[in-house]
Amino acid sequence: MDGSNAPNAARKAWLSVLAKAPAAHLADLWIKAGLDPAHDVLRAPEIGAVMVRGRAGAVGAPFNLGEMTITRCSVRLATGEVGHGHVQGRDKNHAKQAALTDALMQTSEAKAVEAQIITPLLKAAERRRATRAAKAAATKVDFFTMVRGED
Amino acid sequence: MYVAVKGGEKAIDAAHSWLAEERRGPLDVAELSIEQIKGQLKLAVNRVIAEGSLYDPDLAALAIKQARGDMIEAIFLIRAYRTTLPRFGGSEPLNTEDMACDRRVSATFKDAPGGQVLGPTFDYTHRLLDFKLAAEGEATHTPQSEGDANTKPHIMSFLDREGLIQPEPGGAECPPDLTREPLELPTNRPLRLQSLTRADEGFILGMAYSTQRGYARNHAFVAELRIGSCPVEMDIPELGFSIEIGEVELTECETVNQFQGSKTEPPQFTRGYGLVFGMSERKAISMALVDRALRWEELGEDNVGAPAQNEEFVLYHADNIQATGFLEHIKLPHYVDFQSELELIRKLRREATSCHRQQEAAE
Repeated sequence: MDGSNAPNAARKAWLSVLAKAPAAHLADLWIKAGLDPAHDVLRAPEIGAVMVRGRAGAVGAPFNLGEMTITRCSVRLATGEVGHGHVQGRDKNHAKQAALTDALMQTSEAKAVEAQIITPLLKAAERRRATRAAKAAATKVDFFTMVRGED
Repeated sequence: MYVAVKGGEKAIDAAHSWLAEERRGPLDVAELSIEQIKGQLKLAVNRVIAEGSLYDPDLAALAIKQARGDMIEAIFLIRAYRTTLPRFGGSEPLNTEDMACDRRVSATFKDAPGGQVLGPTFDYTHRLLDFKLAAEGEATHTPQSEGDANTKPHIMSFLDREGLIQPEPGGAECPPDLTREPLELPTNRPLRLQSLTRADEGFILGMAYSTQRGYARNHAFVAELRIGSCPVEMDIPELGFSIEIGEVELTECETVNQFQGSKTEPPQFTRGYGLVFGMSERKAISMALVDRALRWEELGEDNVGAPAQNEEFVLYHADNIQATGFLEHIKLPHYVDFQSELELIRKLRREATSCHRQQEAAE
Protein backbone atom coordinates (compact mmCIF):
# COMPACT_ATOMS: atom_id res chain seq x y z
CA MET A 1 0.00 0.00 0.00
CA ASP A 2 1.83 3.04 1.25
CA GLY A 3 5.59 3.21 0.93
CA SER A 4 5.84 5.38 4.02
CA ASN A 5 7.48 3.93 7.10
CA ALA A 6 5.33 5.82 9.57
CA PRO A 7 3.60 3.47 11.99
CA ASN A 8 0.08 2.63 10.91
CA ALA A 9 0.72 4.20 7.49
CA ALA A 10 -0.69 1.22 5.62
CA ARG A 11 -3.79 1.03 7.81
CA LYS A 12 -4.31 4.77 7.55
CA ALA A 13 -4.12 4.50 3.77
CA TRP A 14 -6.72 1.72 3.44
CA LEU A 15 -9.07 3.36 5.94
CA SER A 16 -8.85 6.60 3.95
CA VAL A 17 -9.63 4.75 0.71
CA LEU A 18 -12.65 3.07 2.33
CA ALA A 19 -13.94 6.37 3.79
CA LYS A 20 -13.91 8.20 0.47
CA ALA A 21 -15.15 5.36 -1.75
CA PRO A 22 -18.68 5.50 -3.15
CA ALA A 23 -20.82 3.22 -0.96
CA ALA A 24 -22.29 1.45 -3.98
CA HIS A 25 -18.84 0.56 -5.34
CA LEU A 26 -17.72 -0.97 -2.05
CA ALA A 27 -21.01 -2.90 -1.75
CA ASP A 28 -20.53 -4.21 -5.27
CA LEU A 29 -16.94 -5.36 -4.63
CA TRP A 30 -18.00 -6.91 -1.33
CA ILE A 31 -20.60 -9.07 -3.11
CA LYS A 32 -18.18 -10.02 -5.87
CA ALA A 33 -15.55 -11.07 -3.34
CA GLY A 34 -18.15 -13.22 -1.56
CA LEU A 35 -16.88 -12.14 1.85
CA ASP A 36 -18.97 -13.07 4.85
CA PRO A 37 -16.75 -13.31 7.92
CA ALA A 38 -18.27 -14.25 11.27
CA HIS A 39 -18.21 -11.20 13.52
CA ASP A 40 -19.73 -9.32 16.46
CA VAL A 41 -20.82 -5.72 16.09
CA LEU A 42 -19.05 -3.70 18.79
CA ARG A 43 -20.64 -0.42 17.76
CA ALA A 44 -23.64 -0.50 15.49
CA PRO A 45 -23.41 1.91 12.53
CA GLU A 46 -24.05 5.41 13.82
CA ILE A 47 -24.60 8.58 11.77
CA GLY A 48 -23.08 11.81 13.04
CA ALA A 49 -21.35 15.01 12.08
CA VAL A 50 -17.76 16.18 12.08
CA MET A 51 -16.92 19.86 12.23
CA VAL A 52 -14.62 20.57 9.29
CA ARG A 53 -12.02 23.23 10.01
CA GLY A 54 -10.15 25.57 7.75
CA ARG A 55 -7.39 28.09 8.40
CA ALA A 56 -7.61 31.88 8.09
CA GLY A 57 -5.64 32.82 4.99
CA ALA A 58 -5.12 29.08 4.30
CA VAL A 59 -2.18 28.98 6.75
CA GLY A 60 -3.28 30.88 9.87
CA ALA A 61 -5.66 30.39 12.78
CA PRO A 62 -8.07 27.44 12.54
CA PHE A 63 -11.77 28.24 12.17
CA ASN A 64 -14.92 26.15 11.90
CA LEU A 65 -16.02 25.92 8.29
CA GLY A 66 -19.10 23.73 8.69
CA GLU A 67 -20.02 20.14 9.37
CA MET A 68 -20.04 17.05 7.21
CA THR A 69 -21.95 13.82 7.75
CA ILE A 70 -20.07 10.65 8.56
CA THR A 71 -21.07 7.17 9.69
CA ARG A 72 -18.99 5.00 11.97
CA CYS A 73 -19.10 1.36 12.96
CA SER A 74 -16.86 -1.09 14.84
CA VAL A 75 -16.76 -4.87 14.56
CA ARG A 76 -14.78 -7.80 15.96
CA LEU A 77 -14.18 -10.86 13.86
CA ALA A 78 -14.65 -14.31 15.37
CA THR A 79 -10.87 -14.58 15.07
CA GLY A 80 -10.46 -11.50 17.33
CA GLU A 81 -9.41 -8.69 14.99
CA VAL A 82 -11.19 -5.39 15.62
CA GLY A 83 -12.11 -3.20 12.65
CA HIS A 84 -13.24 0.43 12.64
CA GLY A 85 -15.09 2.06 9.77
CA HIS A 86 -15.49 5.84 9.47
CA VAL A 87 -17.01 6.80 6.15
CA GLN A 88 -18.34 9.97 4.55
CA GLY A 89 -22.11 10.25 4.28
CA ARG A 90 -24.97 8.39 5.92
CA ASP A 91 -24.78 4.87 4.50
CA LYS A 92 -24.76 2.41 7.40
CA ASN A 93 -23.88 -0.53 5.20
CA HIS A 94 -20.88 1.42 3.89
CA ALA A 95 -19.61 1.97 7.45
CA LYS A 96 -20.08 -1.68 8.38
CA GLN A 97 -18.37 -2.98 5.27
CA ALA A 98 -15.51 -0.54 5.87
CA ALA A 99 -15.15 -1.84 9.45
CA LEU A 100 -15.22 -5.48 8.29
CA THR A 101 -12.68 -4.74 5.57
CA ASP A 102 -10.45 -3.02 8.12
CA ALA A 103 -10.65 -6.11 10.35
CA LEU A 104 -10.00 -8.53 7.47
CA MET A 105 -6.97 -6.47 6.42
CA GLN A 106 -5.42 -7.40 9.78
CA THR A 107 -5.83 -11.12 9.16
CA SER A 108 -3.93 -13.60 7.02
CA GLU A 109 -6.48 -12.89 4.26
CA ALA A 110 -5.16 -9.34 3.91
CA LYS A 111 -3.52 -9.90 0.52
CA ALA A 112 -6.72 -11.24 -1.05
CA VAL A 113 -8.88 -8.53 0.53
CA GLU A 114 -6.50 -5.87 -0.66
CA ALA A 115 -6.65 -7.20 -4.20
CA GLN A 116 -10.42 -7.63 -4.22
CA ILE A 117 -11.51 -4.51 -2.33
CA ILE A 118 -8.85 -1.90 -1.62
CA THR A 119 -6.98 -1.89 -4.92
CA PRO A 120 -10.10 -1.57 -7.12
CA LEU A 121 -11.39 1.29 -4.91
CA LEU A 122 -8.02 3.02 -5.05
CA LYS A 123 -7.79 2.62 -8.81
CA ALA A 124 -11.31 3.97 -9.33
CA ALA A 125 -10.46 6.99 -7.16
CA GLU A 126 -7.27 7.57 -9.13
CA ARG A 127 -9.19 7.33 -12.42
CA ARG A 128 -11.80 9.85 -11.24
CA ARG A 129 -9.08 12.20 -10.16
CA ALA A 130 -7.03 11.77 -13.35
CA THR A 131 -10.08 12.45 -15.52
CA ARG A 132 -10.86 15.68 -13.70
CA ALA A 133 -7.20 16.69 -13.84
CA ALA A 134 -7.13 16.08 -17.60
CA LYS A 135 -10.29 18.14 -18.11
CA ALA A 136 -8.83 20.92 -15.96
CA ALA A 137 -5.56 20.79 -17.90
CA ALA A 138 -7.49 21.32 -21.15
CA THR A 139 -8.80 24.61 -19.72
CA LYS A 140 -5.34 25.90 -18.83
CA VAL A 141 -4.68 29.22 -20.53
CA ASP A 142 -1.73 29.49 -22.92
CA PHE A 143 -0.79 33.14 -23.09
CA PHE A 144 0.87 34.54 -26.13
CA THR A 145 2.11 38.10 -26.28
CA MET A 146 1.11 40.27 -29.21
CA VAL A 147 3.84 42.38 -30.79
CA ARG A 148 3.80 45.65 -28.94
CA GLY A 149 4.25 49.05 -30.50
CA GLU A 150 7.44 50.78 -29.42
CA ASP A 151 6.17 54.34 -29.10
CA MET B 1 -45.55 38.31 21.13
CA TYR B 2 -48.00 35.90 19.60
CA VAL B 3 -50.58 33.86 21.43
CA ALA B 4 -51.37 30.21 20.89
CA VAL B 5 -54.82 29.79 19.47
CA LYS B 6 -56.75 26.60 19.03
CA GLY B 7 -58.56 25.63 15.90
CA GLY B 8 -57.54 25.54 12.28
CA GLU B 9 -56.22 21.97 12.33
CA LYS B 10 -58.40 20.94 9.41
CA ALA B 11 -57.38 24.01 7.43
CA ILE B 12 -53.69 23.30 8.16
CA ASP B 13 -53.99 19.66 7.04
CA ALA B 14 -55.71 20.73 3.83
CA ALA B 15 -53.06 23.40 3.22
CA HIS B 16 -50.27 20.85 3.60
CA SER B 17 -51.99 18.36 1.29
CA TRP B 18 -52.29 21.07 -1.31
CA LEU B 19 -48.64 22.00 -0.76
CA ALA B 20 -47.64 18.38 -1.48
CA GLU B 21 -49.71 18.36 -4.65
CA GLU B 22 -48.29 21.68 -5.84
CA ARG B 23 -44.79 20.44 -5.05
CA ARG B 24 -45.30 17.42 -7.26
CA GLY B 25 -46.67 19.54 -10.12
CA PRO B 26 -48.47 18.08 -13.15
CA LEU B 27 -48.53 14.28 -12.97
CA ASP B 28 -47.88 13.90 -16.70
CA VAL B 29 -44.41 15.36 -16.12
CA ALA B 30 -41.74 13.04 -14.67
CA GLU B 31 -40.92 13.56 -11.00
CA LEU B 32 -37.52 15.06 -10.11
CA SER B 33 -35.15 12.60 -8.48
CA ILE B 34 -32.58 13.46 -5.84
CA GLU B 35 -29.90 12.28 -8.27
CA GLN B 36 -31.16 14.70 -10.92
CA ILE B 37 -31.12 17.64 -8.52
CA LYS B 38 -27.66 16.65 -7.26
CA GLY B 39 -26.27 16.21 -10.74
CA GLN B 40 -28.01 18.92 -12.73
CA LEU B 41 -28.70 21.68 -10.19
CA LYS B 42 -25.37 21.29 -8.48
CA LEU B 43 -24.80 24.95 -7.72
CA ALA B 44 -28.16 25.15 -5.94
CA VAL B 45 -27.13 22.08 -3.94
CA ASN B 46 -23.80 23.79 -3.19
CA ARG B 47 -25.54 26.86 -1.82
CA VAL B 48 -27.71 24.77 0.50
CA ILE B 49 -24.61 22.91 1.69
CA ALA B 50 -22.69 26.13 2.37
CA GLU B 51 -25.46 28.05 4.12
CA GLY B 52 -27.02 24.99 5.73
CA SER B 53 -23.47 24.42 7.00
CA LEU B 54 -23.63 20.67 6.46
CA TYR B 55 -21.72 18.92 3.70
CA ASP B 56 -24.07 16.23 2.45
CA PRO B 57 -25.11 16.65 -1.20
CA ASP B 58 -27.91 14.04 -0.97
CA LEU B 59 -29.56 15.79 1.94
CA ALA B 60 -29.17 19.21 0.30
CA ALA B 61 -30.81 17.88 -2.88
CA LEU B 62 -33.65 16.38 -0.83
CA ALA B 63 -34.12 19.69 0.96
CA ILE B 64 -34.33 21.55 -2.35
CA LYS B 65 -36.96 19.11 -3.58
CA GLN B 66 -38.97 19.36 -0.36
CA ALA B 67 -38.72 23.18 -0.37
CA ARG B 68 -39.87 23.38 -4.00
CA GLY B 69 -36.65 25.20 -4.88
CA ASP B 70 -37.00 27.83 -2.14
CA MET B 71 -33.34 28.05 -1.14
CA ILE B 72 -33.77 29.59 2.29
CA GLU B 73 -36.48 27.04 3.17
CA ALA B 74 -34.10 24.28 2.03
CA ILE B 75 -31.27 25.75 4.11
CA PHE B 76 -33.66 25.88 7.08
CA LEU B 77 -34.42 22.15 6.65
CA ILE B 78 -30.70 21.34 6.67
CA ARG B 79 -30.00 23.53 9.70
CA ALA B 80 -32.83 21.79 11.56
CA TYR B 81 -31.55 18.34 10.55
CA ARG B 82 -27.96 19.02 11.58
CA THR B 83 -29.00 19.78 15.14
CA THR B 84 -30.17 16.15 15.42
CA LEU B 85 -26.73 14.72 14.62
CA PRO B 86 -24.27 13.76 17.34
CA ARG B 87 -20.95 15.54 16.86
CA PHE B 88 -18.13 13.00 16.50
CA GLY B 89 -15.41 15.62 16.65
CA GLY B 90 -13.54 18.22 14.69
CA SER B 91 -11.30 17.68 11.69
CA GLU B 92 -7.70 18.69 11.32
CA PRO B 93 -7.62 22.10 9.61
CA LEU B 94 -7.94 21.53 5.86
CA ASN B 95 -4.76 21.85 3.90
CA THR B 96 -6.07 23.66 0.83
CA GLU B 97 -2.62 23.47 -0.78
CA ASP B 98 -3.51 19.78 -1.32
CA MET B 99 -6.66 20.68 -3.24
CA ALA B 100 -7.15 18.84 -6.53
CA CYS B 101 -8.02 21.99 -8.47
CA ASP B 102 -10.76 22.02 -11.11
CA ARG B 103 -10.24 25.75 -11.42
CA ARG B 104 -7.49 28.07 -10.34
CA VAL B 105 -7.05 31.62 -11.50
CA SER B 106 -5.07 34.61 -10.34
CA ALA B 107 -5.86 38.22 -11.17
CA THR B 108 -2.45 39.35 -9.95
CA PHE B 109 0.11 37.10 -11.66
CA LYS B 110 -0.33 36.05 -15.28
CA ASP B 111 2.45 33.49 -15.18
CA ALA B 112 1.81 32.01 -11.77
CA PRO B 113 3.38 28.56 -11.33
CA GLY B 114 0.65 26.02 -11.99
CA GLY B 115 -0.96 28.33 -14.51
CA GLN B 116 -4.38 29.79 -14.99
CA VAL B 117 -6.89 26.96 -15.14
CA LEU B 118 -10.41 28.05 -16.05
CA GLY B 119 -12.39 24.94 -15.10
CA PRO B 120 -16.12 24.64 -15.79
CA THR B 121 -16.80 28.39 -15.56
CA PHE B 122 -19.62 30.71 -16.66
CA ASP B 123 -16.94 33.35 -17.36
CA TYR B 124 -16.56 34.23 -21.04
CA THR B 125 -19.97 32.77 -21.89
CA HIS B 126 -22.15 35.29 -23.69
CA ARG B 127 -25.07 35.07 -21.29
CA LEU B 128 -27.41 34.43 -24.19
CA LEU B 129 -30.18 31.96 -23.53
CA ASP B 130 -29.32 28.62 -25.05
CA PHE B 131 -32.53 27.29 -26.54
CA LYS B 132 -30.86 24.00 -27.37
CA LEU B 133 -31.01 23.18 -23.64
CA ALA B 134 -34.80 23.44 -23.77
CA ALA B 135 -34.94 20.91 -26.57
CA GLU B 136 -32.27 18.34 -25.98
CA GLY B 137 -29.80 17.33 -23.33
CA GLU B 138 -27.11 15.46 -25.15
CA ALA B 139 -23.76 14.93 -23.53
CA THR B 140 -21.07 17.21 -24.84
CA HIS B 141 -17.55 16.09 -25.42
CA THR B 142 -15.13 17.62 -22.95
CA PRO B 143 -11.58 17.94 -24.20
CA GLN B 144 -8.90 16.42 -22.04
CA SER B 145 -5.21 16.99 -22.15
CA GLU B 146 -2.13 15.75 -20.46
CA GLY B 147 -1.03 18.27 -17.94
CA ASP B 148 0.76 18.83 -14.73
CA ALA B 149 -0.78 17.66 -11.47
CA ASN B 150 -3.88 19.51 -10.41
CA THR B 151 -2.41 20.40 -7.04
CA LYS B 152 -1.04 23.92 -7.22
CA PRO B 153 1.07 26.06 -4.88
CA HIS B 154 -0.72 28.95 -3.19
CA ILE B 155 0.10 32.18 -4.99
CA MET B 156 0.15 34.01 -1.67
CA SER B 157 3.17 31.92 -0.65
CA PHE B 158 5.27 33.74 -3.27
CA LEU B 159 4.46 37.15 -1.76
CA ASP B 160 5.04 35.65 1.66
CA ARG B 161 8.57 34.61 0.67
CA GLU B 162 9.41 38.22 -0.16
CA GLY B 163 7.88 39.40 3.11
CA LEU B 164 5.48 41.65 1.20
CA ILE B 165 2.36 40.17 2.69
CA GLN B 166 1.28 40.44 6.27
CA PRO B 167 1.93 37.09 7.96
CA GLU B 168 -1.02 35.06 9.20
CA PRO B 169 -0.91 34.66 12.96
CA GLY B 170 -1.73 31.23 14.37
CA GLY B 171 -4.61 30.66 16.72
CA ALA B 172 -6.31 28.27 19.11
CA GLU B 173 -6.31 24.67 17.94
CA CYS B 174 -9.97 24.42 18.92
CA PRO B 175 -11.62 27.53 17.48
CA PRO B 176 -14.79 29.09 18.90
CA ASP B 177 -17.97 27.57 17.48
CA LEU B 178 -21.08 29.67 17.01
CA THR B 179 -23.22 26.54 16.72
CA ARG B 180 -22.35 25.78 20.35
CA GLU B 181 -21.94 29.21 21.97
CA PRO B 182 -24.00 32.28 21.12
CA LEU B 183 -22.15 34.83 19.00
CA GLU B 184 -20.89 37.48 21.39
CA LEU B 185 -19.16 40.75 20.64
CA PRO B 186 -16.41 41.63 20.20
CA THR B 187 -15.62 38.58 18.09
CA ASN B 188 -12.34 37.33 16.69
CA ARG B 189 -11.36 36.36 13.17
CA PRO B 190 -12.04 32.60 13.45
CA LEU B 191 -15.57 33.30 14.68
CA ARG B 192 -16.14 35.90 11.96
CA LEU B 193 -14.96 33.49 9.27
CA GLN B 194 -17.33 30.79 10.55
CA SER B 195 -20.18 33.25 10.50
CA LEU B 196 -19.34 34.57 7.03
CA THR B 197 -18.95 31.19 5.37
CA ARG B 198 -22.49 30.14 6.38
CA ALA B 199 -23.95 33.61 5.84
CA ASP B 200 -26.54 34.50 3.22
CA GLU B 201 -24.84 34.85 -0.15
CA GLY B 202 -26.94 37.85 -1.17
CA PHE B 203 -26.25 39.71 2.06
CA ILE B 204 -22.49 39.08 1.91
CA LEU B 205 -22.42 40.04 -1.76
CA GLY B 206 -24.15 43.34 -0.95
CA MET B 207 -21.75 44.04 1.90
CA ALA B 208 -18.73 43.22 -0.26
CA TYR B 209 -20.06 45.38 -3.07
CA SER B 210 -20.47 48.29 -0.66
CA THR B 211 -16.74 48.10 0.17
CA GLN B 212 -15.90 48.26 -3.53
CA ARG B 213 -18.10 51.29 -3.97
CA GLY B 214 -16.25 53.13 -1.23
CA TYR B 215 -17.95 52.29 2.09
CA ALA B 216 -14.65 51.25 3.72
CA ARG B 217 -11.65 51.69 1.53
CA ASN B 218 -10.88 48.20 0.38
CA HIS B 219 -9.40 47.85 -3.06
CA ALA B 220 -8.94 44.12 -3.36
CA PHE B 221 -7.03 42.07 -5.92
CA VAL B 222 -7.94 38.43 -6.24
CA ALA B 223 -4.52 36.88 -5.75
CA GLU B 224 -6.01 33.46 -6.16
CA LEU B 225 -9.34 31.80 -6.61
CA ARG B 226 -9.37 28.02 -6.56
CA ILE B 227 -12.10 25.39 -6.70
CA GLY B 228 -11.55 21.71 -6.19
CA SER B 229 -11.75 18.88 -3.72
CA CYS B 230 -9.75 18.44 -0.59
CA PRO B 231 -9.43 15.48 1.77
CA VAL B 232 -10.73 15.91 5.32
CA GLU B 233 -8.55 14.33 7.96
CA MET B 234 -9.61 13.56 11.51
CA ASP B 235 -7.99 11.99 14.51
CA ILE B 236 -9.81 8.78 15.43
CA PRO B 237 -9.39 8.05 19.16
CA GLU B 238 -10.07 4.30 18.74
CA LEU B 239 -7.20 4.09 16.27
CA GLY B 240 -4.81 6.52 17.88
CA PHE B 241 -4.01 8.16 14.57
CA SER B 242 -5.76 10.27 11.98
CA ILE B 243 -7.36 9.09 8.74
CA GLU B 244 -9.06 10.79 5.84
CA ILE B 245 -12.78 10.56 6.59
CA GLY B 246 -13.92 12.05 3.31
CA GLU B 247 -13.46 14.66 0.70
CA VAL B 248 -15.16 18.04 0.29
CA GLU B 249 -15.42 20.37 -2.66
CA LEU B 250 -14.37 23.89 -1.76
CA THR B 251 -13.97 27.35 -3.19
CA GLU B 252 -11.14 29.40 -1.76
CA CYS B 253 -10.42 33.05 -2.43
CA GLU B 254 -7.40 34.96 -1.24
CA THR B 255 -7.32 38.68 -1.78
CA VAL B 256 -4.46 41.14 -1.40
CA ASN B 257 -5.19 44.66 -0.30
CA GLN B 258 -2.74 47.48 -0.12
CA PHE B 259 -1.87 48.69 3.33
CA GLN B 260 0.00 51.90 4.02
CA GLY B 261 1.49 50.62 7.24
CA SER B 262 0.86 51.75 10.77
CA LYS B 263 2.92 52.63 13.83
CA THR B 264 3.78 48.97 14.30
CA GLU B 265 3.54 47.51 10.79
CA PRO B 266 5.62 48.36 7.69
CA PRO B 267 3.81 49.09 4.40
CA GLN B 268 2.76 45.73 3.02
CA PHE B 269 -0.09 43.86 1.49
CA THR B 270 -2.82 42.52 3.74
CA ARG B 271 -5.11 39.57 3.26
CA GLY B 272 -8.77 38.86 2.97
CA TYR B 273 -9.89 35.26 3.04
CA GLY B 274 -12.88 33.37 1.77
CA LEU B 275 -13.47 29.63 2.04
CA VAL B 276 -16.84 28.12 1.21
CA PHE B 277 -18.20 24.58 0.77
CA GLY B 278 -18.94 23.73 -2.84
CA MET B 279 -18.40 25.65 -6.04
CA SER B 280 -19.39 29.15 -5.05
CA GLU B 281 -16.92 31.78 -6.16
CA ARG B 282 -19.26 34.77 -5.84
CA LYS B 283 -19.66 33.89 -2.18
CA ALA B 284 -15.95 33.17 -1.63
CA ILE B 285 -14.86 36.50 -3.15
CA SER B 286 -17.54 38.34 -1.18
CA MET B 287 -16.43 36.63 2.01
CA ALA B 288 -12.81 37.66 1.44
CA LEU B 289 -13.76 41.32 0.92
CA VAL B 290 -15.96 41.43 4.01
CA ASP B 291 -13.34 39.57 6.08
CA ARG B 292 -10.80 42.21 5.09
CA ALA B 293 -13.12 45.11 5.88
CA LEU B 294 -13.85 43.68 9.34
CA ARG B 295 -10.12 43.54 10.14
CA TRP B 296 -9.76 47.34 10.33
CA GLU B 297 -9.12 47.36 14.07
CA GLU B 298 -6.46 44.67 14.18
CA LEU B 299 -4.65 46.39 11.28
CA GLY B 300 -4.83 49.80 12.95
CA GLU B 301 -7.00 51.35 10.24
CA ASP B 302 -9.61 54.07 10.75
CA ASN B 303 -13.18 53.12 11.37
CA VAL B 304 -14.89 55.25 8.75
CA GLY B 305 -18.29 54.12 9.97
CA ALA B 306 -18.94 51.93 6.95
CA PRO B 307 -21.52 49.16 7.42
CA ALA B 308 -19.01 46.49 6.32
CA GLN B 309 -16.63 47.55 9.12
CA ASN B 310 -19.31 47.08 11.77
CA GLU B 311 -19.12 43.48 12.96
CA GLU B 312 -22.32 43.77 14.93
CA PHE B 313 -24.17 44.95 11.86
CA VAL B 314 -22.62 42.38 9.52
CA LEU B 315 -22.62 39.29 11.73
CA TYR B 316 -25.99 39.85 13.39
CA HIS B 317 -27.77 40.26 10.08
CA ALA B 318 -25.90 37.83 7.84
CA ASP B 319 -27.66 34.62 8.85
CA ASN B 320 -30.67 34.08 6.63
CA ILE B 321 -32.28 31.53 8.96
CA GLN B 322 -32.20 33.87 11.95
CA ALA B 323 -33.37 36.71 9.74
CA THR B 324 -36.18 34.79 8.10
CA GLY B 325 -37.32 33.36 11.42
CA PHE B 326 -37.77 36.78 12.94
CA LEU B 327 -39.07 38.38 9.79
CA GLU B 328 -41.63 35.73 8.96
CA HIS B 329 -42.94 35.33 12.49
CA ILE B 330 -44.82 38.61 12.07
CA LYS B 331 -47.24 36.87 9.74
CA LEU B 332 -48.30 34.51 12.55
CA PRO B 333 -51.33 35.44 14.66
CA HIS B 334 -50.70 38.58 16.71
CA TYR B 335 -54.38 39.05 17.47
CA VAL B 336 -53.97 40.05 21.12
CA ASP B 337 -51.04 42.38 20.41
CA PHE B 338 -52.98 44.03 17.68
CA GLN B 339 -56.12 44.23 19.82
CA SER B 340 -54.21 46.27 22.38
CA GLU B 341 -52.81 48.53 19.66
CA LEU B 342 -56.32 49.01 18.37
CA GLU B 343 -57.54 49.91 21.86
CA LEU B 344 -54.69 52.35 22.27
CA ILE B 345 -55.24 54.14 18.99
CA ARG B 346 -58.99 54.43 19.68
CA LYS B 347 -58.24 55.88 23.12
CA LEU B 348 -55.77 58.40 21.69
CA ARG B 349 -58.27 59.45 19.06
CA ARG B 350 -61.00 59.86 21.72
CA GLU B 351 -58.68 61.98 23.82
CA ALA B 352 -57.62 64.07 20.84
CA THR B 353 -61.23 64.66 19.84
CA SER B 354 -62.39 65.60 23.31
CA CYS B 355 -59.38 67.87 23.77
CA HIS B 356 -60.24 69.58 20.49
CA ARG B 357 -63.85 70.05 21.60
CA GLN B 358 -62.72 71.54 24.91
CA GLN B 359 -60.51 74.01 23.06
CA GLU B 360 -63.38 74.96 20.76
CA ALA B 361 -65.66 75.42 23.75
CA ALA B 362 -63.07 77.62 25.45
CA GLU B 363 -62.79 79.83 22.41
